[in-house]
Amino acid sequence: MNRVYFDNNATTPLAPEVFEVMRPYLLEDYGNASSIHWFGQRAKAGVEKAREQVARLLNARSSEIVFTSGGTESDNAAILGIVEAARGERKHVVTTAIEHPAVLSTAKSLEKRGVSVTYVRVGASAVIDPADVARALRPETVLISVMHANNELGTIQPLEEIGRIARERDIYFHTDAVQSVGKIPVDVEKLGVDLLALSAHKLNGPKGVGALYVRKGTILRTLLHGGHHERDRRPGTENVAGIVGLGAAAENARMHLAEEHRRVAALRDRLEAGILATVPRVAVNGDRTHRLPTTTNLTFDYIEGEGLVIAMDLRGIACSTGSACSSGSLEPSHVLSAIGLKPERARASIRFSLGRFNTEEDVDAALRILPGVVEQLRAVSPHYRSPVTSDK
Amino acid sequence: MNIAIAMSGGVDSSTAAALLAENNSTNPSGSSPQVVGLTMQLWNQRRLPQLLGEEAGEGGHASGRCCSLDDVYDARAVANFLGIPYYIINLEKQFEATVVRPFVEGYLAGETPIPCSLCNTEIKFAQFLSTARQIGAERIATGHYARIGRDQKTGRYQLLRGVDRSKDQAYFLFGLTQEQLAHAEFPLGGMTKQEVRALARVRRLPVAEKPDSQEICFVPTGSYRQFIDAYLAEQQRQPESSAGEVVSTNGRVLGEHRGIQNFTVGQRKGLGMAVGTPLYVIALDPAKNRVVVGEDRDLFRRRFRVREVNWIRPLATGDAVEAHVKIRHNHPGAAARVEARAGCEAFVDFLEPQRAITPGQAAVFYDRDEVVGGGWISQVP
Repeated sequence: MNRVYFDNNATTPLAPEVFEVMRPYLLEDYGNASSIHWFGQRAKAGVEKAREQVARLLNARSSEIVFTSGGTESDNAAILGIVEAARGERKHVVTTAIEHPAVLSTAKSLEKRGVSVTYVRVGASAVIDPADVARALRPETVLISVMHANNELGTIQPLEEIGRIARERDIYFHTDAVQSVGKIPVDVEKLGVDLLALSAHKLNGPKGVGALYVRKGTILRTLLHGGHHERDRRPGTENVAGIVGLGAAAENARMHLAEEHRRVAALRDRLEAGILATVPRVAVNGDRTHRLPTTTNLTFDYIEGEGLVIAMDLRGIACSTGSACSSGSLEPSHVLSAIGLKPERARASIRFSLGRFNTEEDVDAALRILPGVVEQLRAVSPHYRSPVTSDK
Repeated sequence: MNIAIAMSGGVDSSTAAALLAENNSTNPSGSSPQVVGLTMQLWNQRRLPQLLGEEAGEGGHASGRCCSLDDVYDARAVANFLGIPYYIINLEKQFEATVVRPFVEGYLAGETPIPCSLCNTEIKFAQFLSTARQIGAERIATGHYARIGRDQKTGRYQLLRGVDRSKDQAYFLFGLTQEQLAHAEFPLGGMTKQEVRALARVRRLPVAEKPDSQEICFVPTGSYRQFIDAYLAEQQRQPESSAGEVVSTNGRVLGEHRGIQNFTVGQRKGLGMAVGTPLYVIALDPAKNRVVVGEDRDLFRRRFRVREVNWIRPLATGDAVEAHVKIRHNHPGAAARVEARAGCEAFVDFLEPQRAITPGQAAVFYDRDEVVGGGWISQVP
């Protein structure tokens, strides 16, 4: 069976050229980047080159890049690090209702420690209104955290305006940019962010490595205690091969950003238009213009998303019901609930996320299979009457 | 044609999956997979942590029960071993609504419910078949020890006991409809447990030596009383009937009890009541919130009423059949006359009195190997 991978927001395949760059660091250049000797220096050189590559992708300075184990650690380090370092008896954080669990759960843990948190809400577009962020601010607000692009819908948030508000009020501004980095331009100066989280495996790099951009001068308490790695900002022996892979993936993404954006957006649009044309009772979720080129999230009335994902997988098409991190849980997606979908419609929603290795053939294969699978699911639904039957 | 096998992670359903997968590989057709393994996630064991805590303290683990993480790992390991596609489907909401809540309500109403029968009818067949069809499977299979036959004259599907009488599970399946029987397979129905273990060992299935599960799957400690208390606390409900009277069969008050949900008909009362002969729970009276106790001989009754009867072999209202009737899973069964009544009811009249006929348990009617029908014991006059 030919298999098609449309779950690139969950993770992306490692690019072969990235793997080739990593290979020597898994074999001969095995030194500890903190060691004095030749082996250590080889490893260190790899890490520092990667730091420059990541910095260049973000328009940051390499000294502002801290390598981590991935997006979740970067988000935790940023949010907890800022709040712990902040002074004052009362502390307040502003974030949004549609964040990834890496941010939302961290915010919830802060609430348990007495920090108050405001979760800014969104409408059906899933785009945050910067005015709502401004209204949520208090004298004791120490951090604003707004994701750059939503993982379930692909919706891109107006970070520039929010960044301006944060600067005017002199409040630290963090963004979870795990989904956007490498897919759309991300410029920390333009966006006005002080902290930015990213993950290698979302841009055809390896799993288990990420980075946190920390603007120079930002006062951050470290979470982990240990040696003096990463300028005392993240202890632990560096994942050298992973970091080198992240650097290579960042470099790749930077070189091909514009053309890949055009190519993947065209594929996604072809898929989306094809589905809307061939399957009745389908709706696209979230704003369709301020959106990653990779993502479409659709509600198919009268189906169980879980069943559709399994039925498609049995026919070789991998898609998902939303966040891989929340699959298995019964609660409908918090993002789809936040944009006003009722639980049964939220559970009837499917995400297709495309990436660098998808082709037109992939899209056409999905379009051949999907309408029949949806009809098969609807035939079992107690609520659905196919258009033919209802005309009788 | 695709078939979905319900995999609990135990040796029975794993062996059933292995047999189906082999059958499939010797008879390949088309490119899409023919056997799909599915595990039903029915209950989140972490939901009532007070029940898990105790078990963790004993060094125990919620293994050997469905829905535990270990069982899901086992089921997945077997599916990988067999090379069949495998998915977990979440039916927690349906399980709570159709099995757990009626189980708790039954106890509060003075009954002794049997959740496995409800689970089979509502979840393992109704819901599972629906999910299987959604993903493109036309038939379902389970590891039950039961068989499906066909009546040559009427064309109706029959539910037959498993060949291994000690493991026979037809008792739990009395609620199956013709539609469900038409689309179900029980690969182990013709085998003994020993044969199934041997097949699992020969194939080196990862679960070949796994012990059988015994308890009700969602009650991790094995104590249904603890479960009911924890569940009611989670729902922020107090059991409506708490303390009440313990009375003798002639109405004399002998003492107090702390909630009728803590009692089962036939239970030996050992609460230090200084009476010469041993006392047993004879009946639970939810209206008066009373526990009626008496001697062993008071437990023997002949007649009782059955509600929500499912006739697998149809019987017209007012007609009666001679049948072998089981009033709980481990009851050997006894000869009785069963009369079909209006409103899906039945009257059962044993030839010999039977001990501890318990409301809430399933009464299942057999004609030799065939399950004629069954329902829930509602009243023992």
